[in-house]
Amino acid sequence: MTLDSKIPDAPLQDMWRDHKFNMKLVNPNNKRKFEIIIVGTGLAGASAAATLGELGYRVKVFTFHDSPRRAHSIAAQGGINAAKDYHGEGDSVWRLFYDTVKGGDYRSREANVYRLAEVSNNIIDQCVAQGVPFAREYGGFLDNRSFGGAQVRRTFYARGQTGQQLLLGAYQALARQVAAGTVELITQSEMLELVVVDGKASGIVVRDLVTGEITSHSAHAVVLGTGGYANAFYLSTNAMASNVTAAWRAHRKGAYFANPCFTQIHPTAIPSSDEFQSKLTLMSESLRNDGRIWVPNDPDETRAAADIPEADRDYFLERKYPAFGNLVPRDVASRNAKEVVDAGKGVGPLKNGVYLDFADAISRVGKQAVDDKYDNLFEMYERITGEDPFTSPMRIYPAPHYTMGGLWVDYHLQTTIPGLFAIGEANFSDHGANRLGASALMQGLADGYFVLPYTIGDYLAPMLGQSKVDTSASEFAMAEQAVREQTDKFLKTNGTRSVDWYHRELGKIMWDHCGMARNRAGLEKALSEIPALREEFHTNVRVPGSGSSLNSSLEKAGRVADFFELSELMCRDALMREESCGGHFREESQTEEGEALRDDDNFAFVGAWQWQGLGTDPALHKEQLTFDNVALSQRSYK
Amino acid sequence: MNLTLRVWRQAGPDAPGRFETYQATDVSEDASFLEMLDHVNESLIESGEEPIEFAHDCREGICGTCGLMINGQAHGPERATATCQLHMRKFADGDEIVIEPWRAAGFPIIKDLVVDRSAFDRIVEAGGYISVDTGSAPDGNLIPVPKEVADTSMDAAACIACGACVAACPNGAAQLFTSAKMQHLSVLPQGQPERYERAVAMVDTMEEFFGSCTNMGECEAACPKGISIDFIAMMNKDYRKGLMKTRRSA
Ligand SMILES: Cc1cc2nc3c(=O)[nH]c(=O)nc-3n(C[C@H](O)[C@H](O)[C@H](O)COP(=O)(O)OP(=O)(O)OC[C@H]3O[C@@H](n4cnc5c(N)ncnc54)[C@H](O)[C@@H]3O)c2cc1C
Ligand code: SF4
Ligand code: FES
Repeated sequence: MTLDSKIPDAPLQDMWRDHKFNMKLVNPNNKRKFEIIIVGTGLAGASAAATLGELGYRVKVFTFHDSPRRAHSIAAQGGINAAKDYHGEGDSVWRLFYDTVKGGDYRSREANVYRLAEVSNNIIDQCVAQGVPFAREYGGFLDNRSFGGAQVRRTFYARGQTGQQLLLGAYQALARQVAAGTVELITQSEMLELVVVDGKASGIVVRDLVTGEITSHSAHAVVLGTGGYANAFYLSTNAMASNVTAAWRAHRKGAYFANPCFTQIHPTAIPSSDEFQSKLTLMSESLRNDGRIWVPNDPDETRAAADIPEADRDYFLERKYPAFGNLVPRDVASRNAKEVVDAGKGVGPLKNGVYLDFADAISRVGKQAVDDKYDNLFEMYERITGEDPFTSPMRIYPAPHYTMGGLWVDYHLQTTIPGLFAIGEANFSDHGANRLGASALMQGLADGYFVLPYTIGDYLAPMLGQSKVDTSASEFAMAEQAVREQTDKFLKTNGTRSVDWYHRELGKIMWDHCGMARNRAGLEKALSEIPALREEFHTNVRVPGSGSSLNSSLEKAGRVADFFELSELMCRDALMREESCGGHFREESQTEEGEALRDDDNFAFVGAWQWQGLGTDPALHKEQLTFDNVALSQRSYK
Repeated sequence: MNLTLRVWRQAGPDAPGRFETYQATDVSEDASFLEMLDHVNESLIESGEEPIEFAHDCREGICGTCGLMINGQAHGPERATATCQLHMRKFADGDEIVIEPWRAAGFPIIKDLVVDRSAFDRIVEAGGYISVDTGSAPDGNLIPVPKEVADTSMDAAACIACGACVAACPNGAAQLFTSAKMQHLSVLPQGQPERYERAVAMVDTMEEFFGSCTNMGECEAACPKGISIDFIAMMNKDYRKGLMKTRRSA
């Protein structure tokens, strides 16, 4: 199968507008004849469900959480981008587009990115109207901050809780549709299979996490807004339950998985304190606006941070990148932190961090102003570490955070399975090899509010008059059977080790060999270790309890099983991509100064993988990327 | 440090519950309370027992999923702190810790320490939103919002729907949650058109599930986000006004 990205043939600036005109429409009275399943109630899923409900479609929305508002989107701190140019700094849709393509290191699709930048402004308008309490200036107008990698102030925020407030906006819009009866909300239910009938996505099989009941649901189309897969690394900034299962099971049914190795390691998380750490806490990147990053020059430094004189400090980002300084993109900041820590200059008891120092900002604007600006972040840091960041600098270290890779989708956000759409972090579409700060919230809401609701109509319109596949079809029974068998098998294995143990071990392999820096030997090693550990997991895992009540070990077992398979694909993809780009750094491909070196002649493509069965190599399909509007250049933040 | 835990175990919604005693050994002071429970669960799994079910997800104090009664206090001894943000350095070696689920008629127990808080979603569905269809909004800066108003709205909107206020309340009332959800919208210019209908609808729905407020103030003390009971007073005012209006139009 050749990949057809369905990019309309039109100049970039007119493309989306013209395409909206050209796409088929479903007449308002006919919309209620179509049923749509949405999995996920994060920014992407909740905004899509609410909007499709408003339009009149009949929507069923599923989440494994106990309320839509618990989705991982709630944890986003820093902000959301839009090209409003409210400060007259020369920002524009074009600049946001340009920055995003460049920031993604030229591995994203121009057409999708342009559309994203174009609808970014509508998102802010929509959210304001919903009552999202964005930060305001004294005149009552919207306030902005600049965020990692941007030289204009285009980031809108609500204290340090932007994701929470945007999600509440979408959740409330969703609640309104639930009350109106257009959307049926099904919580604490996990999708465990996608059902494909006659080549089209026709429904899903879910397990009720409270009762263990396994049920089938069919619809005219299925949308996955199920988030990213950074938890493959075990320790990450993602919520504990974030996982790849929905996307992975769709992959096994034929949806290609694109650029799985494009993962983002965020530069500013709190370093782990011991072996038993369960997750890493992010300190918002906005802190890099005022915080200065440094390490002592001397690896054997023993003085407290405040006692180390300027001359003995290395502000390594400011030194190497005078133009961007502490605001270089995430991948650059992370890799440089790794470099100094690997050189033995790390700080803290485990020497596993770098300083993020606010002393200058505090002396410039005062403690109160800094505290106000970052609201709960200083307090949060103190709570976790027991150290006061107003008197000694924060310690930070990179942590897996976001995954640019995901299900391959075309311009319509449709996967390679007709009728299956993927939105938000679950798809691969807009961030190339590196995502800019404050752009994930933008993309999730763009997909859900302003893109999918149009493109899904183009798929549905020709199906008018056709009823959805009935759940009595044999494909549903088979999918239910597969779920039942897997559940039973986990419960019967009765081995010696917990699911978490295996997840931690897998995470270590991934972090060591497929983390911030990758090389052939390491990736090959991981590719031999992962299947062996996976074998052991399936024969030696211990899942206590039963399948007929709440059983978190059982839930985790299914998710970790999928992380094993995905991790192998991530390593395979990283091995295939013999270039460095964005978050993917192949040690074999670097400039003399140690910067990422792209290979545009050979790798300016999206790598989309097709599942061929366990133990059989997946097939690679390439979508060539063309850059007609942004000239390919080596990124430079000097 | 070593601790003795007395933990509520209950197999299902209708099963009888009981306290079980567990030893938590070699716990790091830097561990979070939930990491301490993870640790206990690992050893339970090792010995073939069912681990203790407790709800959690973000472990950053923002998703509102976690929530335990720790020694009789909702979210434990540290003020303005969700269970997941509580660290073991707040306890001493040798302590006995009693761990229970939220106890409130509005939150039936699902298993062990996990309760069903879906009644909160019903309250929001009753009117906790501004009715604006996607695509119909004017430019964001056409609706200026004074900074103090935006800040007050944000103070209310910071609620994470954890349910500690209900669990801490002797009456099992949900006034703090409901008022936070409501005033987040009702203080904003965008929230005015539906303000009084919203108040009546949300309060009426709240009363279907939860007890009545007798101004004990326990909710504010337990709230991990420091939501102020002033919002309850604002809600009551809106509710009374709303009743008058609906009566007038009836
Ligand atoms: C700590 C942190 C801070 C961040 N800060 C920012 C920021 O400041 N700005 C920014 O732009 N981005 C930020 N991000 C990234 C951003 O938050 C996420 O990329 C984005 O919120 C993802 O939204 P989503 O809707 O795609 O998925 P999610 O919010 O992860 O939602 C996934 C949904 O799918 C459901 N689900 C998943 N699998 C299944 C299944 N099998 N069955 C049923 N339901 C399922 C879940 O229950 C959930 O409802 C941050 C991320 C983290 C980790
Ligand atoms: S008001 Fe406070 S205690 Fe109550 S649900 Fe909200 S955050 Fe929790
Ligand atoms: S686990 Fe999210 S608030 Fe505690």
